[in-house]
Amino acid sequence: MNLFGFYAANVRELLQLTGQHVLLVAASTGTAVLIGVPLGVLVSRTPSLRGAVLGLANVFQTIPSLALFGFLIPLFGIGFWTAIAALIVYALLPVVRNTYVGIVGVDPAVREAGVGMGMTDGELLRLVELPLAAGVIMAGIRVATVVGVGIATIAAAIGAGGLGEYIFRGVSNVNYTLILAGALPAALLALLADALLGAAERRLVWRR
Amino acid sequence: MTPVLEVRGLTFPGRGLNHELSFSVGAGETLVLLGRSGSGKTTALKLINRLLEPVTGAVFVDGEPAAGMEATRLRRRIGYVIQEIGLFPHFTVERNVGLVPLLEAWPSERIGGRVREMLALVGLDPPAFAARYPHELSGGQRQRVGVARALAADPPLLLLDEPFGALDPVTRAELQREFRALTERLRKAVVFVTHDVREGLLLGSRIGVLAGGRLVFLGTPDEFRRSDHLECRAFLEAL
Repeated sequence: MNLFGFYAANVRELLQLTGQHVLLVAASTGTAVLIGVPLGVLVSRTPSLRGAVLGLANVFQTIPSLALFGFLIPLFGIGFWTAIAALIVYALLPVVRNTYVGIVGVDPAVREAGVGMGMTDGELLRLVELPLAAGVIMAGIRVATVVGVGIATIAAAIGAGGLGEYIFRGVSNVNYTLILAGALPAALLALLADALLGAAERRLVWRR
Repeated sequence: MTPVLEVRGLTFPGRGLNHELSFSVGAGETLVLLGRSGSGKTTALKLINRLLEPVTGAVFVDGEPAAGMEATRLRRRIGYVIQEIGLFPHFTVERNVGLVPLLEAWPSERIGGRVREMLALVGLDPPAFAARYPHELSGGQRQRVGVARALAADPPLLLLDEPFGALDPVTRAELQREFRALTERLRKAVVFVTHDVREGLLLGSRIGVLAGGRLVFLGTPDEFRRSDHLECRAFLEAL
């Protein structure tokens, strides 16, 4: 059976797995943004926390994904929640780091003008630093999302669903069509996320 | 009459201001702080609006001790212009100029009117410039916007740190002349930091010379020209 024949016969399953895949990535990246942006702001305000927070996030980032799934299964069980937890952990570093880098990278003259004109720290953050850092923060979200699409493929190995299902099924049956049936839409998903978030990022960059 | 600004015995040895600095500036008066790089003149300016907190001494604005006010409230009563200008690149000219009124929660019609008035005041046609972004302006136009922004909330006191230093000589001379006319008309108290003696003589109603963190001379431009202090002579020879 060729790929198109397979898709024609399994439209519902393809849509379901794609939906699971998107849900895994969207829920985990979304949560990582909700945690990571405030954390990045905190680090920008408290330089003493910088080494600890970025270092820890870096350590998590280096743990191989299957190993991290293994560590988390005792906590969250086999399936969806372990996958979500691991994906959040992976997405955090790019989000925290880029939020921090984006804020710290704001032109010191612009910051001095803001403070000198009487902005409170909250006003400076809300009106100046976050808007000017938005492009860099969005770049972090883009990286987190693209990495997430890749790692979510492996989540099928612990029963979390997603397009990795086809790949793992195909590997165990030595069925190349099945492997491709999962790999192709997963790759397309990553490219699509990259393009969309990249476009958003370019709109958020301000010229000096 | 209470001076708009009074500075008494300020020091900040960490940034070169080792000797007690005292002066006062009244409405309609421009005090130029003249000094070489590292003489402590920028430090002195930042001590006035509390970007730095003085180690000793006190600052009074309209007779009120600055240390007793919330720093943000104090700064909204003081216009501040720096050489790099620091316009917000993501704000239009209109939002840049209207920033302090916005922070002070003025009603938006009043902000709009004030912004148009300020742009006209600094020689920028409001309809042509209000909607532009800073990157669409020339250096001189940006600094005009910087001055308009500093004036927007009608502060009694302006602090300027080499505001025209990065401009070409022709534009600089234009802005200097207009700035002088403007502050005289508006009766602002102005502290103007520069290393350019020509600029100091043009703009200052008084000139203070800082050297090695000490105010070595304070007087009118005429007294400055006649002074035989070494640092004053050195500046005059650079003319």
